Order: sequence, then C-alpha cells, then structure tokens
Amino acid sequence: MKELMLMKGNEAFAEAAIRVGADAYFGYPITPQSEVMEYLMAEKPYERTGMVVLQSESELGAINMVYGAAACGKRALTSSSSPGISLMQEGISYIAGSELPCLILNVVRGGPGLGTIQPSQSDYFQATKGGGHGDYRLIVLAPSSVQEMFDFVSLGFELAFKYRNPVMMLSDGVIGQMMEKVELSEQQPRLTNQQIDELYPWATTGKKPGKDRRIITSLELDPSKQEKHNLKLQEKYRKIEASEVRYETLQCEDAEYLLVAFGSSARICQKAMDLGRAKGIKVGLLRPITLYPFPYAIVEQLSNQVKGILVVELNAGQMIEDVRIGSHDRIKVKHYGRFGGMIPSPVEVLDALEKQIIGD
Amino acid sequence: MTQNFDIPEIRTPENLVYKKTSVLTDNVLHYCPGCGHGTTHRLIAEVIEEMGIQSEVIGVAPVGCSVLAYNYFDIDMQEAAHGRAPALATAIKRVYPEKFVFTYQGDGDLAAIGTNETLHACNRGENITIIFINNAIYGMTGGQMAPTTLPGMLTSTSPYGRDVQMMGNPLKITELLALLPGTYYVTRQAVHTAALVRRAKKAIRMAFENQKLNRGVSFVEVVSNCNSGWKLTPLQANKWLEENMLPFYPLGDLKVNGELVKKSE
Repeated sequence: MKELMLMKGNEAFAEAAIRVGADAYFGYPITPQSEVMEYLMAEKPYERTGMVVLQSESELGAINMVYGAAACGKRALTSSSSPGISLMQEGISYIAGSELPCLILNVVRGGPGLGTIQPSQSDYFQATKGGGHGDYRLIVLAPSSVQEMFDFVSLGFELAFKYRNPVMMLSDGVIGQMMEKVELSEQQPRLTNQQIDELYPWATTGKKPGKDRRIITSLELDPSKQEKHNLKLQEKYRKIEASEVRYETLQCEDAEYLLVAFGSSARICQKAMDLGRAKGIKVGLLRPITLYPFPYAIVEQLSNQVKGILVVELNAGQMIEDVRIGSHDRIKVKHYGRFGGMIPSPVEVLDALEKQIIGD
Repeated sequence: MTQNFDIPEIRTPENLVYKKTSVLTDNVLHYCPGCGHGTTHRLIAEVIEEMGIQSEVIGVAPVGCSVLAYNYFDIDMQEAAHGRAPALATAIKRVYPEKFVFTYQGDGDLAAIGTNETLHACNRGENITIIFINNAIYGMTGGQMAPTTLPGMLTSTSPYGRDVQMMGNPLKITELLALLPGTYYVTRQAVHTAALVRRAKKAIRMAFENQKLNRGVSFVEVVSNCNSGWKLTPLQANKWLEENMLPFYPLGDLKVNGELVKKSE
C-alpha cells in the first residue's frame, strides 16, 4: 500500500535521507532550510537506522564532516542555503578533487551577500559551473515539487556513488517551504561496514593486513600527474554529460513558443502555459531536471521547431546562457526574471512571453 | 665526495638495537634535517604498532609541512583542507566509533585557520586524538608569522620581530583547550632530546589508549623546532627552543583523566 504524507519540501528531503539508508547528516541552521535538521533531530534516525545527525559549528565544519564520512565510504549529506553554500565551496572543491560521493542540498535564497531569506534561483552559476576553485563539476538536480525533494535523495546518492562525485540538489525557498502530498518509499537498510569494504575499494576504513593503505587526497604536486588527474575528472564529466541528462517536456509537440524553466519557476510556467493555451497560444514548457549535465540537445531540437524561447528564472539571467548555447542563437531567446525574493505570477510570465517573444 | 657508511659486517642480527617501525613506509621523509616532525611521526607509528591497531586507525593529515604525512604512515589516511582536520576526524569517529582516529596538525593549521574546528571538536568532546606540532612558524610557506610566534620573534612577515601591539599576541591554544569540558587529556611535550622523546612517546600512547575509554579529546602538543624557518642550524635551533620556546610554552601535563593539573608554584 502506498504511504502518503503531507510534508514540507525540507521535511521530505530529511525523511528521504533516513529512508534511503543514509549514514550521516551534518548541518548548520540557516533559513529557509532549518526544518531539515529540526526534522531529523525530532525523528531520531540514530535510533531508527543508526544514522548520525550532528549540528556542526559552521557550514565549513559541516561540509568537512561530510568529507570525512564520505571518505569512509559512508552515505553522507548536508543541507544549507545560499550564504552557507558559499562557505561550503572550499570543502566541495576538495570533495570533487578527491572524487568522493556526497549529497548537498541548497535551498536557495536571494543574494548577493546576506541578501534575503525569500526564494531565489540566483545560485545557478555557482552550482553548475564549479562554485569553488579548480576545474570540477557537480551533478546538479533541480526538484520542482515536494515529491522530487524526496525522490532526488535516492537518485542523488545513486549518481554520487556511480561517479564518485558530489551531487547538489538545487532547490529554493518555495520548494523547501511549501507543503504537498508525498508518496514515501520503503525504508532501505544502511550498508554494513563489511558491505562498504567490499563495494568501495577506495574508502578509508582501516588498512587491512597484506593490503595497500588507502589515501584520500586531492593533492598532487607533480604537474604532469595533476594534469592526468584533471584529465581523468574531465573524462568522467563527459561520461556524465553523455549518460545522465534528465528533463521534462510539457505540450511541446505542437509548440510554436517555448518556456524554459527549472524548479519553482517551472511550476509557475506550467500555469502560464495553461493560461496561454486557453488564449490559443501554442506554448510548451521545457523543464531541465539536471542542470548539470544541461539538456542542450533537446533545446537544440526544439529550437528548430519553435519561433522563440522565453527563459524564466528567479534571477537576473543565468540558465539563459546555457539555453543560448543549446539554441545556437538561431531563434530569439529572451529572459524574464524576478529577483531579491520576488516571485512572478503566471499572468506576469505570459505577459512577458507575449511582449518579449510573440509581439516583438 | 660521498662516503659509504653501510658496513655489512656490522649490520648483523645480533648487533641490531633499533629497527624502523613497520607502520612507517620506506618513503624518504621530506622534512629538513633536525626537524621534530620526523621524530614525532616515528613515535606515532611506534605507538600504533605496539598497540597492534594498524588496521583500526584512520589518520587525518593537515596542510602545512606535514601535508604529505600520508606518504609516511602505512595506514589509511585522509587529507584535510587547511585547518579542517578536526571536522573530518569528528565525522570519521562518528561513523566508525570502534576505530582509532587521529589528526596531525601544525600551529597555523590548528591554532589559526582551524581554531574554530579545533575548539568545537574539543568542546563537543569528540573521542579522538589530536597531535599538535608547534614550531611557532609557517614552515612550508617559507617562515611566516604563526599564531604561536613568540613576542619579538623574527619571521618573514614580522621581519623586525613580532610586535604584539601591532600584530597581536601569540595564542596559547593548549591552555585554552585544557579548560574545555570535552578534553580528557591535554599535555605539552617536546622531542629535541632523547629523554623528552621517551616522555613524548608515553604521552602519545596514552592519547591513543584513551580512545578506548570514550571520554573526549586527547590532545598532545609537541613543541618543535624549525631550523629552516628560524634560520638556525639544527643544534642552534634546539638551543633556541630551550631558551625561548619552553619558558613561554612550558612542558608537562595540563589535564589528565579529565582533571586540570594543579601547578605547584
């Protein structure tokens, strides 16, 4: 029988962490995602599954705890919001450089600086283009419902361990705070230490007699070896780009105009699309689910079909750069965004489509 | 001209009085001749061998001169970002409570950039061992002023001596950590004489043994030299350490079995 619950996005993420058999959560409170740790502490997963939950001294502490646990082959995760994620960039770069799997949730709020506690999507560049120092990529998943806040925890860990790469869920204050019905999956057991030893020959679990010691590091002072390491990372990213693109299209079959949006913006655009269709405008919606790897191919394909694209984001125009790359600028690609915590209405989006793309 | 010091007829089993511990690899240490890092590495490795816990230890290397510590210990190790070793160690111990977990950190790493991670790991009472090498200077980057640089001491970023009015005071972080409820054993040792090496080894042994008790952090500071950074010969550096470092950083236990050690004076 289906297990259904009415939950906040942040709570769904926390419950999913327990149910997928995560080993450890480390975090530091910040609005609008503090419910994640509050939920975990209230649920006592250390009693339910043996999962560790620890409130760290800072986001720096939290991400480095994730590093330590991930380097042991454990399923480790953290969550934060924009200013906290900025603080974590050092650790994320080390985790990517050391090729460790982990899951990081960013419930984005408006910036720059202390910004606001209201929703935003202004961390797109940071999430998809690197964020910290060095040439690296995160696999970035963009949930647009509370159900996906739950489901992407399992998917996130699967991808993280498949590629030994950090995965980020790029959510926002809307998705984190709103309540929706969630279908819960069954409780998965945590891996035993023996299973970890067998599955992850790279994990530091204590040197076994007669076996080589295991070292987790991102340091290589010999430039030729460091270049080789970088080439290996790049090869991995090409593999991810070839295999892991995910997106959703709605009413694109006959579309003459296209909205492209992710996360909460995609929800608003879905309504705008319905309003447009009711007015007789043939508009479709493309929702990238993986922001890295970005679905360039479907953008290119739809660019051969539609007359113009409106990219709707809660920022000043970030994903639009990837949409332009995908469309090769063959057709008109415009941006409509609100920022600083402001959220456009569906009518506003349709208005922008009519003014910037159709009427122009 | 190189001289051959290896005389096979002397190198016989009955003449063997000292042997390198198997917990150290055969990699040649990159440390400067006379530096305390090599000695401290050996003591940790010997303790691990004597306790028979090689397969149960996970170490965390810092950023600083000992950034490549994992090349020398034949155990599983993780390389931390600068100052973050106690955060890594916290997580390792939390997910593997039955393992022995230690960090190895210098003064810049532990007492400047990583003060927060150090202080909070100690205050939470993580059941880990922290080995803290204090040579009052940033050795790897070329001898800059450290949080533990003595007043008046010359470094490349205090070329006229550390002016505490302008540059602030040295931080006696070991004294600070001893006051926290989460530390169980806090001691200050040195390794520049044979007698002190023996004493330091006992302290390191106790710091590892304590993890069996699950009572909190065991913290061993090793006051060390940095002859390259101090611009002295190894012997001069040891003398300078005795005359300048030890009066400011006096040796001995600060906290044993969770109790502060009362000073007799």
